[in-house]
Amino acid sequence: MSGGAAGRLTGLGVSPGVGYGPAYLFGGDVPEPPAGQRHAGEAGTERERAARALEAVAADLEARGERAGGEAGQVLAAQAMMARDPVLAADVAALIDAGTVAARAVFEAFGKYRDLLRAAGGYLGERAADLEDVRDRVVAFLTGHALPVLPVGAAEPYVLVARDLAPADTALLTREAVAGFVTEEGGPTSHTAILARAMGVPAVVALEGAAAIPAGARVLVDGSSGEVVVEPDDGTVARVTARARKRGTALVAAGPGRTLDGHPVPLLANVGGPGDVEAALAAGAEGVGLYRTEFLYLDRRAAPSEQEQEKAYREVLRAFPGRPVVVRTLDAGADKALAFLPPGREPNPALGQRGVRLSGRHPAVLAAQLRALAAAAAGTNARLQVMAPMVATVEEAEWFAAACRTAGLSSAGVMIEIPAAALRAADLAPAADFFSVGTNDLAQYAFAADRQVAALRALHDHWQPALLDLVALAMTGHDRPCGVCGEAAADPAMACVLAGLGAASLSAAPAALPAVRAALAAHTLEQCRTAARAARAAATAARARQAARRELPGLADLGL
Amino acid sequence: MAERKVTVMAKVGLHARPAATFVQAAAKAPIDVTVAKTKGDPVNAKSILAVMALDVRQGEEIVIRAEGEGAEELVDELAAIASAP
Repeated sequence: MSGGAAGRLTGLGVSPGVGYGPAYLFGGDVPEPPAGQRHAGEAGTERERAARALEAVAADLEARGERAGGEAGQVLAAQAMMARDPVLAADVAALIDAGTVAARAVFEAFGKYRDLLRAAGGYLGERAADLEDVRDRVVAFLTGHALPVLPVGAAEPYVLVARDLAPADTALLTREAVAGFVTEEGGPTSHTAILARAMGVPAVVALEGAAAIPAGARVLVDGSSGEVVVEPDDGTVARVTARARKRGTALVAAGPGRTLDGHPVPLLANVGGPGDVEAALAAGAEGVGLYRTEFLYLDRRAAPSEQEQEKAYREVLRAFPGRPVVVRTLDAGADKALAFLPPGREPNPALGQRGVRLSGRHPAVLAAQLRALAAAAAGTNARLQVMAPMVATVEEAEWFAAACRTAGLSSAGVMIEIPAAALRAADLAPAADFFSVGTNDLAQYAFAADRQVAALRALHDHWQPALLDLVALAMTGHDRPCGVCGEAAADPAMACVLAGLGAASLSAAPAALPAVRAALAAHTLEQCRTAARAARAAATAARARQAARRELPGLADLGL
Repeated sequence: MAERKVTVMAKVGLHARPAATFVQAAAKAPIDVTVAKTKGDPVNAKSILAVMALDVRQGEEIVIRAEGEGAEELVDELAAIASAP
């Protein structure tokens, strides 16, 4: 790409939608203060300058964090703590006392910790970027170097192009100002991706060649496909923006989930507590497909009382009169250890005493939860269904169903998230009133790939044909309704495939439901079935995705 | 000298939110307080950078030490934060 000629680049689409606008190049690193630079005046005055700069940056980060809230707010609050760190302040003062100029002293004092974090890699390595951002802000303050500031009210929404973005830069941006994000670095969980999804603005990250995009060039960003077109011709812009408009119209449509030919696929919401009900209703959810109950148990020393549980369950049940509300019983263990249910020392917690296994060890905790659920349901007319996580065998399913019956619950189901359960769903069926496939854990166990390990991300691609085979097996050979409640159900193309495989319902984060509804409404059940067959006939995840999308032409029209 | 040994229970170890809570509680106290891994050198518990750089993972044991008025209460409070799941 040169001299503004058209260029087509492909990165990783991390926030769906299409954006078009002039490129606004953001960045410009703060220059490193030269080594050996010494202050001329009093050490005391220089120390005061440094302290003022650190406090000014801390206060600014804190204020931005409070305004931003949420995940970005937490990162900014942690950054403010770094600027107020007493050990760092002492290091800076010692360097200044030895003659070093304030800016260089700050740079060197942060440098020690930056190197430690970078060397540790992984999560700590990522925090090093947060630390560098604080350092640059303090150095800029001391040297009078203007920090780049993002325009918050441009004449036309711009496409923000950067190497990477820090939360402090982006926390206060709005979708009125930004048409899209393009970064050279980053991944699906980088700050940019999280922010873009929260704002509902398309984003493409890990885009090689982003640095070469000229300032002011017209840029088209497709956050679904990962495609970025620099100086696109009029035809391309018209086609892609028309697609975006059509998608926008399709996405505001409400109503029950159904295919083009009227086959119903109820769209349910995943919720983590009463606080999520509003978003679920706003997205037109037809019920709750996964009510995670861990929030009641985390961060406490004793189990919650039945009264407290009953109240939290009733709040959600009341919001969905006549609708299904599927509650997953306590899924402790593995990454969610509880103080009052210690799992014991386990070298592989994901393969240890978790889910229904832990309930089996502490039956009183489960019995109390089931009693609270039955009591909560008694006062409402929602259709309460209760399911057990991590069921592997018929014995476990029978034990759980008996516990539900004892509590007076009429619908007891089984989550399918262990390959053994998927392979033998037909045998589990007599002990289960319904099934729900949890695709995230099913992928973890099918591919022997820890969900917490980012490097194994490719093995968690829900288009992996082996995962689709397991989902298909879970849905056949029995007459029990089988829904899907994992990440897979949030992907519009995959939602069509799951409907084609026979999913009785789809449950996802409320924000994902409009796109799933539009994708289903654009295809017949037969098209969904054909897409499912095509995906399973492929040998790799990438080919399965391609093959399914070929059979689902409505997706491209919708910009999905 | 007040001293507590605890095992860090949070999945993220003594990082992110647990680390911030720990350091904020330590910073409020008017006395010196340190944290160390069992065989490591103690660092200032009021320093988020030092605590992060300790890199304490889930299941690791740490030693919290404080000296002065209210030291017992302080190490109790910090031990409770560090051992919360």
